[in-house]
Amino acid sequence: MSVNCDITFTLNGVARRLSVPLEMSTLELLRDQLGLTGTKYGCGEGECGACTVLVDGVSVNSCLMFAVDCDGRELVTVEGVIAGATGQRLRDSFVEKGAVQCGFCTPGLMVQATHLLARDPAPDEETIRRGIEGNLCRCTGYRKIIDAIATVAQGEHHG
Amino acid sequence: MAATVHGVQSYVAPRSLDEALAVLAGGGVSVLAGGTDLMPQARAGRRPLEPVLMNIRRVAGLGGVDLAGGSIRIGALVTVTELRDSALVRERLPPLWQACDQFASDQIRNVATVGGNLCNASPAGDTLVPLLALDASAVLAAGSGDARRTRRVPLAQFFTGPGRSCRQPDELLVAVEVPEPPAGSVGAFHKHGTRPALDISTISLAVAARRDGAVLRDVRIACGAVAPTPIRAPRAEAALEGRSPDAATIEAAAQAALQDVHPISDLRASDWYRRELVHNLLQRVLSHVSQL
Ligand SMILES: Cc1cc2nc3c(=O)[nH]c(=O)nc-3n(C[C@H](O)[C@H](O)[C@H](O)COP(=O)(O)OP(=O)(O)OC[C@H]3O[C@@H](n4cnc5c(N)ncnc54)[C@H](O)[C@@H]3O)c2cc1C
Ligand code: FES
Ligand code: FES
Repeated sequence: MSVNCDITFTLNGVARRLSVPLEMSTLELLRDQLGLTGTKYGCGEGECGACTVLVDGVSVNSCLMFAVDCDGRELVTVEGVIAGATGQRLRDSFVEKGAVQCGFCTPGLMVQATHLLARDPAPDEETIRRGIEGNLCRCTGYRKIIDAIATVAQGEHHG
Repeated sequence: MAATVHGVQSYVAPRSLDEALAVLAGGGVSVLAGGTDLMPQARAGRRPLEPVLMNIRRVAGLGGVDLAGGSIRIGALVTVTELRDSALVRERLPPLWQACDQFASDQIRNVATVGGNLCNASPAGDTLVPLLALDASAVLAAGSGDARRTRRVPLAQFFTGPGRSCRQPDELLVAVEVPEPPAGSVGAFHKHGTRPALDISTISLAVAARRDGAVLRDVRIACGAVAPTPIRAPRAEAALEGRSPDAATIEAAAQAALQDVHPISDLRASDWYRRELVHNLLQRVLSHVSQL
């Protein structure tokens, strides 16, 4: 019996017009309604960062955002991030440094790292650590993730 | 997926304060700012949504951090990231800046608003404690057009219990006003949690004072998560007022603070542990402040 609302927004550069239930989260909109499953559902409570997307250029937890709030805004998901130059460098660097094990945290980290590098193209290790505080990884112990991001930041990677 | 939220009948995203206040006057409204409290609370059934969901993020005039007429005005929609990026906040309101720096994660800071933090009124809310020590007031508005009423409530009177404030259902928090700290002001914020950032603080402390030669004046100390609301610590303040913050004075203030707090025991920490923390944390913050 949920009530719907019409919204228009830009998703990965493409204008979209949709009708969404008022109580739906942006994460549910992306995964369930639009089939963009790169964005992950981890905790649903803002703790793990697996659902991180960019909204008007800043990283947010899509599980905490109402889908209706996408109206008039610009969203970029990991699918959009990977299409960009920084996204591709990050992907290659994550692979090269072994920063991916089960991979569940990876999309959220790629999006968060993109935001981090957009704000600060040359972050030091402490800045990288602080920047990914909201992204949990159960597998890697973070070291390799930090190295992968640092490598892209230092522009050492030319793959 | 988590249980869905039921009961929302309509969604509005007003662009002006007048419009927003007219919607509020109609009653049955859930105000949505960043949603970082509203969404999880609604989903968990702790605070069911009202029939009208009003998104205030597009309301003009609720942003900005500005110094004018001896006070620093922080718009209700200013995010924790914006506070952390503000040179005015970093230079003039260090306890608030430090609280924002230690607040949750980047993703949460990017959306969490100061208005939402205050209106959610958690005894562990991180901006509440420095704002209380900085003697801030909440600016509340109600009614539209000619019937517009605005009142200023000192934060010391704003919080009435866990999750409760004196904000009336037809009122919107439009801004927080902080008196411009005078020359020689010093201050610091410190929080203790099991995980530095993301965890809700077990306790937090903020100190603001003015250095007058060797002594401290206008000392204000605020504590979070040691009582049903964030509180001032008047006995500890009195122990410091007009004194030089040497080791003996700091110890006397830390002892006095134990009479000021009424911590609870919960799954995060016992009452005894929280008292120990208040003592030790206040000692540490005061030693830091004495060296500024
Ligand atoms: C994972 C996680 C970590 C967190 N970590 C911290 C932390 O470290 N420290 C901390 O203090 N908090 C933390 N929080 C809580 C939350 O992020 C903050 O309280 C935040 O400031 C709320 O702001 P918001 O804009 O998201 O509020 P919303 O969720 O939009 O609103 C919160 C409440 O205030 C009301 N409201 C909002 N704005 C107004 C207004 N202008 N006028 C009237 N009513 C209003 C809403 O109706 C709602 O009841 C955390 C939350 C999560 C999910
Ligand atoms: S699913 Fe959103 S933060 Fe975990
Ligand atoms: S690689 Fe498994 S959670 Fe990070």
